[in-house]
Amino acid sequence: MSEVKIFVPAPDRLPPSNTLGPIAWVRENLFGSIISSIATLLFFYLFFSYVPPFLEWALIKANWTGTDRSVCEANTAGACWTFINVRLEQILFGLYFASKPEELWRPTLIFVLFFALLLPLLFERTPGKKWLSIILLGVFPVVFYFIVYGGSFGIPQSNTTQWGGFLLTFALAFVGILLALPIGILLALGRRSEMPVIRSICVIYIEFWRGTPLITILFMASVMLPLFFPAGVEFDKVVRAMIGITMFQSAYTAEAVRGGLAAIPKGQAEAAMALGLGYWRRTVFITLPQALKISIPSIVNTFIALFKDTSLVSIIGLLDLLNMAQTAARSVEWKGYDIEGYLFAGFIYWAFCYGMSRYSQNLEQKLDTDRRN
Amino acid sequence: MTERTRIPLHRDPKVRAILVQVLAAVVVGYGFYSLFQTTVDNLVARGIQTGTSFFDEVAPFQIGFTPFFDYTLGQSKYIDVFFVGIQNTILVAVLGIIAATLLGFFIGVIRLSPNWLVSRGALVYIEVFRNVPLLLQIMFWNFAIFLPTLPAPKNSIAMGAFYLNARGFHTPLPVIENTTGVAIWIALLTVLGIGLLMFARRAKVLFEETGQRLPVLWISLAVLIIGGYIFYLVSGSPLSFDEPVLGRFNFKGGGQLPLPLFSLWFALTLYTSAFIAENVRAGIQSVSHGQTEAAYALGLSRKNTVNLVTIPQALRVIIPPTISQYLNLTKNSSLAVAVGYEELVAVWAGITLNQTGQALVIIGMTVAVYECLSLLTSFVLNWYNKRIQLTER
Repeated sequence: MSEVKIFVPAPDRLPPSNTLGPIAWVRENLFGSIISSIATLLFFYLFFSYVPPFLEWALIKANWTGTDRSVCEANTAGACWTFINVRLEQILFGLYFASKPEELWRPTLIFVLFFALLLPLLFERTPGKKWLSIILLGVFPVVFYFIVYGGSFGIPQSNTTQWGGFLLTFALAFVGILLALPIGILLALGRRSEMPVIRSICVIYIEFWRGTPLITILFMASVMLPLFFPAGVEFDKVVRAMIGITMFQSAYTAEAVRGGLAAIPKGQAEAAMALGLGYWRRTVFITLPQALKISIPSIVNTFIALFKDTSLVSIIGLLDLLNMAQTAARSVEWKGYDIEGYLFAGFIYWAFCYGMSRYSQNLEQKLDTDRRN
Repeated sequence: MTERTRIPLHRDPKVRAILVQVLAAVVVGYGFYSLFQTTVDNLVARGIQTGTSFFDEVAPFQIGFTPFFDYTLGQSKYIDVFFVGIQNTILVAVLGIIAATLLGFFIGVIRLSPNWLVSRGALVYIEVFRNVPLLLQIMFWNFAIFLPTLPAPKNSIAMGAFYLNARGFHTPLPVIENTTGVAIWIALLTVLGIGLLMFARRAKVLFEETGQRLPVLWISLAVLIIGGYIFYLVSGSPLSFDEPVLGRFNFKGGGQLPLPLFSLWFALTLYTSAFIAENVRAGIQSVSHGQTEAAYALGLSRKNTVNLVTIPQALRVIIPPTISQYLNLTKNSSLAVAVGYEELVAVWAGITLNQTGQALVIIGMTVAVYECLSLLTSFVLNWYNKRIQLTER
């Protein structure tokens, strides 16, 4: 009997050492070709000639402490964050709350409450998300009204003409999305309706607001809104801006929701019809929930655009985050520190918009179940 | 035997639909009518008779930048202000579209570069510029950067015959010296253009018959530049250039882009290019890898694969959202109010409205201009979408 030979495979050889490790990575990703090498060198040149001086100005040599401009004038090599530090309450909460330290708890409480409600919603596994969102969209605005606007429960009424800063930006954006959502859903349903008159009304409404720049709409809201109503009916400036923003935003929300509705297979509505459901039950229980879920990313995208666009109210004279920062930088005490003001305001806008866009991209990937390529 | 039961009238979907629509039409119609009526009444109460008669009144203010319009204070009418506004809007929109397209395509392409640093750099660029409000960017460049740091006219930054200073950007401007010469030149150029078109058609026929490809683009470019220059000399060099010359306080002659226009154009370009770059990236990535592999398998070279397989398919995805971005850019140019560039919203819906109080007419006309642009854009989009649908297989 011959000996049974068992095939023993030789152990796998390691990949060539020049394809592994950080050096190989650098070679492949930074110096892959001649053009790539030139680009890398050019990148380093630009990076080192601009970024370190900027960081030195913005962080290392910057002025952080102090209460007036003398600190910054003594050290002009760095940014003057002292200015932001001193005016922070104005820039965040506006003139009214900044001038009354004993009232500062009101906007602070509102923001704490808002983030406490919002953050759990961003995670997939939070229980009771439905209730949280109902509280955020239904109860929170009421709380906002009573605490920030005040006028009852012993809370002094705040003057809306002195609302400002990030609080105003937040209020405009929140009201915009809150009111635009139901109007937008109705418009989207109307645009897909089989009744020609309803459909054309909705199409004209949507295309009208989408075709006009927001600044024209805000002019319209601030100049023409008082003309639309009989003498004696007065709106304050903030409410006018809110009305204009809501009209504008509802058209964009409608288009986002319409996209979702169009993506729902026809069979869903047909099956509901076969079960004997009427139009409203079919819509509310079958098509709309599915459509809304798909359209969340695009709704978030329209919301990002709205959040940036609220800065336009500074042109009609409201002191929102942008205008507040600019006004502060043009005040006698802090004249000449525009760059710091714009950078700070810009950073706040950026942080929120970037956060939201990452969230919507995540969501999109999660919802994208058909695999291409 | 079943008897057909009649649906009661209020349950019949057809009857209901008609009822609902009539009701909606009446409510909307009445709403509009009463809004319009109240507005007119309110204006009358303020002493303003709504109408267009103010068009012919002389406008009591000066407009600094009217490159295509002979606007003189004390002679020009309110309606001229409207046209100046439209022209200035179109000017900044065209400048912005050209620059944003070039920059956006560049950033979008290098976003997909195999070089890690370069693609990250492009990503940072996109995420920074599209997530900060445009208005803030415009004001930042104008008030925080250009205005304080650019030198006075005396110490302008010179780039050849171009000068940049705190007043704006000065360029040389071609001036027609000899009208007949220019006419001859244009006629010769037209002949050249027709010739090139015929050549391109022949090249296409040749390609379809033999598969041989001529470098039509390069030949046409070379012929246009060299031929154009020769014809320019032949027609007797009919143009001269009016170069900006430093006077006592400011530059004289040449063309001038005032600083607000320059800042607006700069910010619009950066902002819009970030969005276009994202479109370009998404478009290129939408072409599935199988397409490229198939092209290689057929033996196409890398250059031909990119030019004949990837780019045509990517453009289909890139062009529609990019056209929407052009419309957005045009609408966004209305933010010029913030820096004082004299476009439609600033001079018409701003100054003229304040002067005359004709809210209804002025806002209506402003909105109408933008609605026309928006309708035009959607026509172009629909036409394009229809065209690419036909070529889809």
